[in-house]
Amino acid sequence: MNNFEYAPAPESAALVDIKSQYGLFINGKFVAPKAGKTFTTINPANEEVLAKIAYAELADVNLAVTAARNAFTKTWSKMPGAERGKYLFRIARILQERSREFAVLETLDNGKPIRETRDTDIPLAAAHFFYHAGWADKLSYAGQGDNPKPYGVAAQIIPWNFPMLMLAWKIAPALATGNTVVLKPAETTPLTALLFAEVCQQAGLPAGVVNIVTGDGATGSHLVNHPGVDKVAFTGSTGVGKAIAKTIAGTKKSATLELGGKGANIVYDDAPIDEAVEGIVSGIFFNQGHVCCAGSRLLVQENIEDELLEKLKKRISLIRVGNPMDKNTDLGAINSSAQLARIKELADSGDIEGAQRWSPNCVLPSSGFWYPPTIFTGVSQSHRIAREEIFGPVLSVLTFRTPGEAIEKANNSPYGLSAGIWSDKGSRILWTAKQLRAGVIWANTFNKFDPASPFGGYKESGWGREGGRHGLAGYLKGDN
Amino acid sequence: MRIDVMKTYKLFINGNFPRSESGRVYEILDAKGKFLANPCNGSRKDLRESVVAARNAHSGWSGATAFNRGQVLYRVAEIMQGRIDQFVAEIVAQEGAAPAAAKIQVQSAIDTWVWYAGWCDKIDSISGSTNPVSGPFYNFSIPESLGVVAIFADSKPSLLNLVSALAPVIATGNTAILIASEKHPLCAITLAECLATSDVPAGVVNVLTGKVDQFVTWVGSHMEIDGVDATGLSKKDLVEIKELGAENLKRVHSFNEAKSTKRMISFMETKTVWHTIGI
Repeated sequence: MNNFEYAPAPESAALVDIKSQYGLFINGKFVAPKAGKTFTTINPANEEVLAKIAYAELADVNLAVTAARNAFTKTWSKMPGAERGKYLFRIARILQERSREFAVLETLDNGKPIRETRDTDIPLAAAHFFYHAGWADKLSYAGQGDNPKPYGVAAQIIPWNFPMLMLAWKIAPALATGNTVVLKPAETTPLTALLFAEVCQQAGLPAGVVNIVTGDGATGSHLVNHPGVDKVAFTGSTGVGKAIAKTIAGTKKSATLELGGKGANIVYDDAPIDEAVEGIVSGIFFNQGHVCCAGSRLLVQENIEDELLEKLKKRISLIRVGNPMDKNTDLGAINSSAQLARIKELADSGDIEGAQRWSPNCVLPSSGFWYPPTIFTGVSQSHRIAREEIFGPVLSVLTFRTPGEAIEKANNSPYGLSAGIWSDKGSRILWTAKQLRAGVIWANTFNKFDPASPFGGYKESGWGREGGRHGLAGYLKGDN
Repeated sequence: MRIDVMKTYKLFINGNFPRSESGRVYEILDAKGKFLANPCNGSRKDLRESVVAARNAHSGWSGATAFNRGQVLYRVAEIMQGRIDQFVAEIVAQEGAAPAAAKIQVQSAIDTWVWYAGWCDKIDSISGSTNPVSGPFYNFSIPESLGVVAIFADSKPSLLNLVSALAPVIATGNTAILIASEKHPLCAITLAECLATSDVPAGVVNVLTGKVDQFVTWVGSHMEIDGVDATGLSKKDLVEIKELGAENLKRVHSFNEAKSTKRMISFMETKTVWHTIGI
């Protein structure tokens, strides 16, 4: 049998030095946590321990916020925008120089394929700094009045699905607009943020402008509740986002929230089918489906359902699941055992509620956290798998007959983050885009990101935008 | 001697002027302490019906052309112009203002309304953008109306505050539920009469009178209200509406200036559309 298989093409883990233990990055230095507590971060692809991480408690958060406040009042808010911008340019350049190191570290800590960290996460993170660097001395053009002011100290909490990219989305606009930062990376993916702290040192960024505190939800809660914080920026679940909104209701803190989604990917019967299949695959299997804007609800026009599903299944059968460090891998590891348990529970509810499950034959590694690419057909709108965010490689397939029905179903969600449209007819695409209540709409493409393009959701998908001119508004106090 | 015809002040819901379904009213006095009117003490059900009306009106109003919305809003200013004396009398009675000062307030309110009418077909140009992304994509961001917005306008100057809050909300395609000042509600009802006799479609604006602290709780917890202009609320009520509003992530904002693009943009959502470029 002449079956041409890919040979393994592993990237080298030796490209990055991982220390056995990391401190907190406060006021320009790595320091031990006051109480001396630590936790471990593991490689989710094989469950091996990568490093011990400092656990920040209230006393540590206090120090970090104080450092950020001092840096804001003494240095950063007094510095001309053009000079602030130069620091951001430096950071962008160093990220480009060290991109391979970052890509490897991200893949080891997160479990996502090296192809994605190398080609998407890290280049986009660098681009984000480069883009915002140029804004630092042009803020009077940001649409927030002639003399917009920074808030002060920004508390930023980011998720584990795009650790370095989310760091860039948060820190780059905050610094460009003159705010200082205390950032808490996710508990399971702290390593690239700590490597980024080294980049700040290399760039000569003034001490205290960026502070990084590692920990869990309790650490994040100390940070959000801290009276010295002026601005909260959070990316994560809608549940936590609502809790933050409630917590800060009685304060003067302003918030940007990027929360969950249940994106509809609408395929009309005149769509270019092969392109649509690729888009559906990237929409739900990119980054193991750990994407808030994933196209997790496929809405396919009924008359092409059979044809589309046949092609889709064939394409999904070719997805390579396995070692994230292999350059040929398409689908990596699930980030944590807790997330794997959530995916399993929700997917199982699909079976229980009567949807039909399909997965290709694929052998999953014996250690680490894995879930095969999965699609459910025969899904109705009341099913949990059509309503709740799974945040995994699980696609729910629904059908529609008329464009009006597609819109009804797509908008039937408390979320409103993303949507996709596949059609060859321009007027239909624009009509559909207009009707959809979602903040980011991809037409004949999916899961594209760019620092110049505002990102953020309608309804319960959050408050505010990140990226582009619109993203600056979240970090500037403009004229009222 | 002729006896004046006294006016019954009613609610404005879905283009009609019903009494409160609760059958309740409350008494308001003029600035000198004399009986002035018995406006409706609006109930939670009145609010719910207003939200249904506003939600149903949203697709039509936001789907109308910006030019058309501008024409309709300008028409409202024309009708207000003809009601100047009535507004002045209400402001004098409630706020205790001198007639000359009241007239200046009314004129200023009408001019503010015209200012916002002119924004309908311009705000998208100011707050939208095309975005130069790195790749073969045409990418643009456009602002769209948020949906249903509840408004608590400040009580004094009553008409100017109403107009400064309401006009920007509906100019961009939102539909509104206006909670009148508890103390000075009369101008809100008279404004509703202007809206009813111009070309504003039923349900686009609904006006309720009653106890503000009750409305704060009901508005805050209503899951179909998307935004709140909380300019007229006390600090305590503001905190309550933000806490309750967190449940569906309501956009809650307060403003200082009567004429400001921020009053429009704060109740809009930015939609970004990517499309491939190719042959």
